[in-house]
Amino acid sequence: MTTLQEDKLIDCSGMLCPVPVIKTSKAIKEIQIGQVLKMISTDPGAPPDMEAWARQTGNELLDSHQESGKFIFYFRRVK
Amino acid sequence: MSKSDPNAPRRLAIIASKGTLDWAYPPMILASAGAAMGWDVAIFHTFYGLPLLLKELQAEVSPLGNPAMPMKMPFGPDGFQKIDWPIPIAMMAAPGFNALATNLMKQLFKNKGVASIPELRAMCVEAGVNMIACQMTMSVFGFQKEDFIPECTVGGAGMFLDYAADADVQLFI
Repeated sequence: MTTLQEDKLIDCSGMLCPVPVIKTSKAIKEIQIGQVLKMISTDPGAPPDMEAWARQTGNELLDSHQESGKFIFYFRRVK
Repeated sequence: MSKSDPNAPRRLAIIASKGTLDWAYPPMILASAGAAMGWDVAIFHTFYGLPLLLKELQAEVSPLGNPAMPMKMPFGPDGFQKIDWPIPIAMMAAPGFNALATNLMKQLFKNKGVASIPELRAMCVEAGVNMIACQMTMSVFGFQKEDFIPECTVGGAGMFLDYAADADVQLFI
């Protein structure tokens, strides 16, 4: 189990593609470089989408796992 | 508009040529997702895709001539919602059926957590997607720049191709 501590949390539960990607891209701009964003989603398409988003934007996906039916992501803002 | 800088962001060029509610989704979803990934994005709205730029969106959907469209109810128990209702063609042509199908699709999408077209369009605009109105289509159908959202730009095939020539992804929808 991860002990990551987020600086900001967004909950995208109930939202489908592309909203989690859009909300994540907005939220990451609201934290400082080096800080951590936690995103919660119920969209089954989110895991591959969020991995791709991190790859494309150059931000780091620190952790991604499932917790009681929800998808949890931790990103570190790199740029 | 040339992408001569090797460090320039990736570029997505989309042609939106259809204006029904169902076909309004793909360009808006891909454009907003591309912008969220830090890409430079433009949508060229031409022919029936042009009304997607109207200040007051009027996009509707019809199952008529759309045989692959599932007819599902946005309410009721799970089993009921899974039924694909067989609608006779003659009934699809009845007055008010477009409005009914449009409302059902809007409600279904909303219940499932899909953003509406006005919401997705606002997200595109906010993210800096270049929404281009096709001048030729405007002239043919009698639209004025003032009919459209103020963020849109007006251009033609040459302007779009100049942008698309340097795009990493080009889509005709």
